[in-house]
Amino acid sequence: MFRPLETGAPERAITLTVDGQAVQAREGDTLAIALLNAAIVPFRHTALSGAPRAPLCLMGVCFECLVEVDGRPNVQACMVPAREGMRVRLPRGARPMPASHPDGAPQR
Amino acid sequence: MTHDLIVIGAGPAGLSAALTGAELGLRVALLDEQALPGGQIYRHVTATGPRLAKLLGPAYTEGRLLTDRLAGSSVTAHQGTLVWDVAQDLTVTALKDGSAVQLRAPQLIAATGALERASPVPGWTLPGVMTAGAAQIALKASASIPDVPVVLAGSGPLLLLVACQLLDAGAMLAGLVETAPAANRRAALAHLPAALAAPALLRDGLGLLGRLRRARLPWFTGASRPRIEGEERASGLAFESAGRARLLPAGLVLLHHGVVPDTQLSRLLRVEHEWSDAQLAWQPRIDPWGLTSLAGFRIAGDGAGIAGALAAQACGALAALGAAHELGRLSQADRDARAAPLRDALRRQRRIRPFLDALYRPPEWISDPPDETIVCRCEEVSAGRLREMVALGCQGPNQTKFFSRCGMGPCQGRQCGLVVTQVLARALGRPPGEVGAYRIRAPLKPVPLSALAALTVLNDRTKPVDEH
Repeated sequence: MFRPLETGAPERAITLTVDGQAVQAREGDTLAIALLNAAIVPFRHTALSGAPRAPLCLMGVCFECLVEVDGRPNVQACMVPAREGMRVRLPRGARPMPASHPDGAPQR
Repeated sequence: MTHDLIVIGAGPAGLSAALTGAELGLRVALLDEQALPGGQIYRHVTATGPRLAKLLGPAYTEGRLLTDRLAGSSVTAHQGTLVWDVAQDLTVTALKDGSAVQLRAPQLIAATGALERASPVPGWTLPGVMTAGAAQIALKASASIPDVPVVLAGSGPLLLLVACQLLDAGAMLAGLVETAPAANRRAALAHLPAALAAPALLRDGLGLLGRLRRARLPWFTGASRPRIEGEERASGLAFESAGRARLLPAGLVLLHHGVVPDTQLSRLLRVEHEWSDAQLAWQPRIDPWGLTSLAGFRIAGDGAGIAGALAAQACGALAALGAAHELGRLSQADRDARAAPLRDALRRQRRIRPFLDALYRPPEWISDPPDETIVCRCEEVSAGRLREMVALGCQGPNQTKFFSRCGMGPCQGRQCGLVVTQVLARALGRPPGEVGAYRIRAPLKPVPLSALAALTVLNDRTKPVDEH
């Protein structure tokens, strides 16, 4: 959805993975921009209705860019820099409750 | 006490406040959530290459006057530091490097700035809909531009500025859709004489309009009934203009209806706010030195009312002068002498504001969305649902929050708060000022529990703590 401009400044390419797929990015870009520049849209599906979402504000207000980063859920992708080797997972709706949880027990 | 003065936010107001405080000999801590100082207006200004700096122009690069001074000052700057609680005694709790840290000073200046007014139109939750400010942040912070056709829709100077910057950067604009009602021009005329006293700002504005005209892009004014088309992502913007239905195909729709004060922190501290009919937003009530109704707590910059970066810079310095005087470190005469040129600058910056507020006043319908429109994006609560709750007897935003979780998601009502107040006000037939706002509680943003486990007190290690 976005593309990087030639800035004339020295740049270093980095590689992160998104749901296991390698994605190229520029060091210094926020994770949100790295994903948008790699045409990764949507970022997630909501836990409530499963609707697709992608960033709205890119300044930490809207919380639409929440992804899982290196096992940490609900990270604002616009507020963290993309880093070499970063493992990103895109949330797909509500996470299943563990079977041990009362809400995770099979429905009668 | 760990410091004399704590400043939250490193935009023009916060930088100016911190620098002024430090120059007066105060031990100042500056806390900012972003990785680099500058706020959103000067975002990434310390690291932007020459090509992009030229494109963004002097109104952007002049931010370096502040960031350069910061580098050579005694201010202890903590970037990447998220303030998530401030207690009534002004103890600040923040998240830094994954741990909770605490600081305390007798004087606190919040310079948390502004955010874009929500533009709840049908379909605005689809991927491929962003704010105009977001596209500008992508440009400033990461030198990136849309690679799909873009439609910009809304009202305000920033919409026009972003359109020009995207054109200059090589993006493909599929249309500009202005939503300001035609009647705005008449209302704005009354404020034109005052605005003429700020010729540089008017000239900048006319320059933007000229640039856009020369680009010969499809340009519509007085547009209404906007709707984002698309199923899984936005495919275009439908609207009405001059009595005709229009559809502009686009891969990215950028919405913008002006900016409004970010009042999360001032609401958390329960200080007095009032509804501004001119700016259609809440404003914390402050005195000429930025002081709120809570002792020691000041607000500077757009967080207290929208007036722009240069006004914010003056307000930041004024708040720091007020703080230094209250700390007994600056006589009243010195304070007032230093304040005089700042007040002149502030008056100059504010002259054009009534004209801009009237000319770009958002249309009524932006605060009266169709029933099916999602208002609270986090909890997926529609305008229709809000109106149903009013019919059932809900009297304000905290009741609708209780019944529907509207405003209770991760963004904590930042995005939907104003619209919810306005929708409820209309449904109840009462002014927004009476309907009220969300009650904001800590944490201001979600923080991991693990961060609380390691709470440390952040002392000023740059100078010995003098007991006085």
